[in-house]
Amino acid sequence: MNFELTQERQMLQDTLRRFLSDRYDTATRNKILESETGLSTTIWTELAELGIIGALFSEEQGGFGGKGFDLAVVFEELGRAGVVEPFLDTGVLAGGLIADLGNEAQNAHIEEIIAGSLHLAFAHGEPSSRYDLTRVQTSAIDSGDTIALSGRKAVVINAEAADMLVVSARESGEAGDVGGISLFVVPTITKGLTVQGYALLAGGRAAEVTLDDVRVPASARLGEPGQASSAIEARVAAASVAQCAETLGAMETACALTMDYLGTRKQFGRPIGTFQALAHRMSDLLIEMEQARSAVILAAGHLEDERADRERHISLAKNLLGRAGRLVAEESIQLHGGIAMTQEYELAHIAKRIVMADHRFGDVDHHLERFIDLTSD
Amino acid sequence: MDLSYSQEEIAFREEVQGFLKEKLPKNLSDKVRKGQEPTKQEQEGWHAILNAQGWLAPNWPIEYGGVQWNAVQRHIFEDELAAHYAPRVVPFGLSMLGPVLQKFANQEQKDYWLPRILAGDDWWCQGYSEPGAGSDLASLKTSAVKDSDHYIVNGQKTWTTLGQHANMIFCLVRTDKDVKQQEGISFLLIDMETPGIEVRPIVLLDGGAEVNEVWFTDVKVPVTNLVGEENKGWTYAKYLLTHERTSIAGVGFSQAGLRAVKRIARAELAGGKPLMKNPHFAARVAQVEIDLVAMSMTNLRIISKAAAGQAPGVESSMLKVKGSIIRQEINDLARRAAGAYAMPFASEAIEGANDALPDPHAAGPVAAQYFNNRKLSIFGGSNEIQRSIIAKTKMGGGK
Repeated sequence: MNFELTQERQMLQDTLRRFLSDRYDTATRNKILESETGLSTTIWTELAELGIIGALFSEEQGGFGGKGFDLAVVFEELGRAGVVEPFLDTGVLAGGLIADLGNEAQNAHIEEIIAGSLHLAFAHGEPSSRYDLTRVQTSAIDSGDTIALSGRKAVVINAEAADMLVVSARESGEAGDVGGISLFVVPTITKGLTVQGYALLAGGRAAEVTLDDVRVPASARLGEPGQASSAIEARVAAASVAQCAETLGAMETACALTMDYLGTRKQFGRPIGTFQALAHRMSDLLIEMEQARSAVILAAGHLEDERADRERHISLAKNLLGRAGRLVAEESIQLHGGIAMTQEYELAHIAKRIVMADHRFGDVDHHLERFIDLTSD
Repeated sequence: MDLSYSQEEIAFREEVQGFLKEKLPKNLSDKVRKGQEPTKQEQEGWHAILNAQGWLAPNWPIEYGGVQWNAVQRHIFEDELAAHYAPRVVPFGLSMLGPVLQKFANQEQKDYWLPRILAGDDWWCQGYSEPGAGSDLASLKTSAVKDSDHYIVNGQKTWTTLGQHANMIFCLVRTDKDVKQQEGISFLLIDMETPGIEVRPIVLLDGGAEVNEVWFTDVKVPVTNLVGEENKGWTYAKYLLTHERTSIAGVGFSQAGLRAVKRIARAELAGGKPLMKNPHFAARVAQVEIDLVAMSMTNLRIISKAAAGQAPGVESSMLKVKGSIIRQEINDLARRAAGAYAMPFASEAIEGANDALPDPHAAGPVAAQYFNNRKLSIFGGSNEIQRSIIAKTKMGGGK
């Protein structure tokens, strides 16, 4: 075994870390959080120029990475700096699905995505689907000339900023069936598509997307009719790796801030870190950090495996990161006392990102049950 | 022992229920049910309704206009308030300052301030914590220097809850720098309108601004606003904190929170079935419900045991620790129950302005509440401080 990053990934990490530590401080982020768009196009473009989006795609797709460890390296750094721009949504989810399933014409978009000039969102979850990827009720009715999409998509991150949505809809079967789900590339300006946007607690924006008899040509479909489920699951697996890595990065920042605070904040005439009750709890956080790092490495390293191995490690990582993340976020706040409750202090944002990560792609409970299913044979 | 309610107690519960059905405004209870904060006017209105009924001050002696119910009655009252989604009565005047004035103030001060608290003439806030004096409260630095018939106050307080609404603040100030920390502190009542006071809101991580910094620059406070003796304020502060901690068990809030969890989990679907039918989630809910039912009894036992008018000691620390852990666990379950709909930013909902949130299951601001209630284990003496008090009292020579 070898736990060293390749030279290319090491360079990617160094470049990204340096850029973010120069350009993405708390004041910058708070300005972005307060903006109407919830993202900085300047930062987006600059990161695209650094090759960050390219690292999310394979060479065949026009990028120079795309493997689990590429995603892990990029998103750990984004998480460490608390970046709110939706690289995961444009790059890994929607962009990844186009790259995985698209024909030549559709794949032409990848170049624009990598260059940072095209924003996307993945409209998949629905009000009653919770974390179940096959519970799609939005309908796609193919009438030969056009396909009509109708339904509602819930908490679609980056929908307002997106030029196009990748929308899932059912061509046959019922909610919960694996077969029958297709994906469509739908420009957000299409008639019948409405986007009701709102800010997210942990930064960025999302929207409820309503599709009311939205007409798209057959050329909008990605891949074969009704066959998109396995591609969706694989892309959500990649996004889960990215997100676990992002959470790991955020946890590192939370721990670093907390250790620093324990060393400098004085109460009763000495640094509070010298109180054993607090020092031991900090130690527990550091232990959980190592566990979390192992889980991310496992998930990233198994992302290219066949389904059973891949999904088992994804559920393992999502469950462990959810638990360890909650512990680190809550304890970091507690060990800081009141200051951690204030918006202007960096930890507040970081802690929110760590906790709210549990609400994407399945929480601790969802993945515990899934892990049991995947390992009970 | 008899754990069943007596005829009188059952009748009392019915009386409380009748009152709440008739007098608690529907729009106010709707707001509380959705997790939204009532406005200042709504708070004052509810305060006045309770006062008109004579039920505003369950913990005050009758001679000062209180009710002096026994522990069981207070438990029933709190239970019904929570069940009917009544807003929390702002505690600073009633639960915190009131008992201190009753025990330590001079007659003139009692005669003037106590009726005003009941009438809602003043909105009090608390000036205890400072940037350098949180858990180590006795190291506070805000100074009050006597200048004939006035004190001149300089310094900064922080975490002043609802200070933006207040016209009066009760403060701990340093009146002697040359003695042991705890011995040079005084308890001062300060009019927020006095020149030299500035209130600055602190935006919290959930987007709300319920706490403030309060700055004092050469603020003139009449010596008649000193409560008790100069340099004895620490004793009064400790007395007040034990009162604060008894209400901090928050049984009623936890019960209301648990109902909200179940409501959301019945509406949310997981695998096509209500989340509440998911054995894993149901087990988590059951676990915290078991803890809560037991804590409700612990709370009742502790309140009963404390002699009338006397604040409980170390037990209040126990209630604070357990109560905050249970409430935070319930907040966590509510957040999880909401699934992806926990993610929207819901500050508008907390402030009570916006009803049109995107989620179909009325989960609303559950994640914001989860983050906001991280404060429960931090304020009023952090849980670490409470555990030290418990350990010292029970194991270390009873200091």
